Amino acid sequence: MASGWRVATLVDATGASTSARTLVLDVPGWAGHRAGQHVDLRLTADDGYTAVRAYSLGSSWDPAAPTRVEVTVQRVPGGEVSPYLVDDFAVGQRIEVRGPVGGWFVWEPGAGGGAPVLLLAGGSGVVPLVAMVRERRRADDRTPFRLVYSVRMPGDALFLDELTGVRRRDDGVDAHVVWTRGVPPGLADDRPPGRLTLRELARHGWPADLAPLVYVCGPTGFVEAVSRMLLVLGHDASAIRAERFGPSTT
Amino acid sequence: MSTDGPADQLTPGFRGRPRPDGVALPPGQYLERGFPVLTAGPTPHVPTDRWALTVCNEDRETWTWSWADLMALPQDEPTVDLHCVTRWSKFGTRWRGVSLDVLLADVRSSAQYALVTCYGGYTTNLPVADLLGGRAWVAHTYDDRPLHPEHGGPARLLVPHLYLWKSAKWVKEIHLVRDETRGFWERYGYHDYGDPWREQRYQGD
Repeated sequence: MASGWRVATLVDATGASTSARTLVLDVPGWAGHRAGQHVDLRLTADDGYTAVRAYSLGSSWDPAAPTRVEVTVQRVPGGEVSPYLVDDFAVGQRIEVRGPVGGWFVWEPGAGGGAPVLLLAGGSGVVPLVAMVRERRRADDRTPFRLVYSVRMPGDALFLDELTGVRRRDDGVDAHVVWTRGVPPGLADDRPPGRLTLRELARHGWPADLAPLVYVCGPTGFVEAVSRMLLVLGHDASAIRAERFGPSTT
Repeated sequence: MSTDGPADQLTPGFRGRPRPDGVALPPGQYLERGFPVLTAGPTPHVPTDRWALTVCNEDRETWTWSWADLMALPQDEPTVDLHCVTRWSKFGTRWRGVSLDVLLADVRSSAQYALVTCYGGYTTNLPVADLLGGRAWVAHTYDDRPLHPEHGGPARLLVPHLYLWKSAKWVKEIHLVRDETRGFWERYGYHDYGDPWREQRYQGD
């Protein structure tokens, strides 16, 4: 799998939200990846100091553009790496890439015998889950997907148009957004902002007796809370795959 | 394209944090002051009255300790540095637990490898030699408090000289085996040994 560092070039970059940026890298020699995997990015300073961080791949692998790799970086205030990648790193500049990494938090068509898929995202944890939605689309797969996306407020949301709005084009992928701090103006339902509840998860997720594959990605507190709810709702612990980031809640 | 360096420079303009001075970090690690959590699935919650630790040797003989048994054994209070393969290192963490030297003292075995299995199904492998010599514990207390389930409570393996995925949370059984058997992350390409000072992150490193 991870076979050493390759020098990649930033070929495109777009703002993904008020605090996140999508980077498209050209990685010569890239041999493909699966939806849900991540890459290590290595940054080098003038004095040779390096810093490495892992970022989830946001794109499915496209055999027609095999060296293209996409990540979406959320700016962490005071962070060592993310402010540089969001604000300073420019198209045409180069960075080292290693990967793909990880073989557990992945989905591909036919996984689990074609079981339905439940994606539960907290904040920028939506990135690897969107890669799964895109892989389903790329492969013309018909596996039923549901996505519950918990995000603070409209300026923070990633891929919203693609998942729920004007650019939505995935039949069989039902996405539900839970706003935790502020709702968009003109929202049809009048749910006040607040954390995802057990009742909402039961309503917008798959029932446990359909034995879905469940992927949970987000900050530690989100993943812990959602995992507990899933167990209460009868989901089998072995069907729940989780990826956490950030410090613990304790 | 670069504005402040030669055209072939990597990540021009990146400065990074102030370099740690007098702090020995393994290669590729950064200093973390929080205590991040990385787990592959939901957190198991195991009450201590249903907890037990079993060591199984290569002849399938077993030795089992209840929670009360564990607490009755001599306790160590190691202060150790942690190194996670996801790049963070945390210095000076304070634990309380039972040394594997104590737990394995009466276990008959000449096996060289251990496969550790956990409540929740996680597994990891490491050499038996790395469990011995005052370098590994079954830890139940962190920073003077009962170890929180997120961090592997009620008890986890603590093998701080290897990357932290070897320090299996929610430890349940230690199988001593003649042939090395890969655990959870090892089967997904992570290193069989995982020495942070030699940066053994992935198979082949």
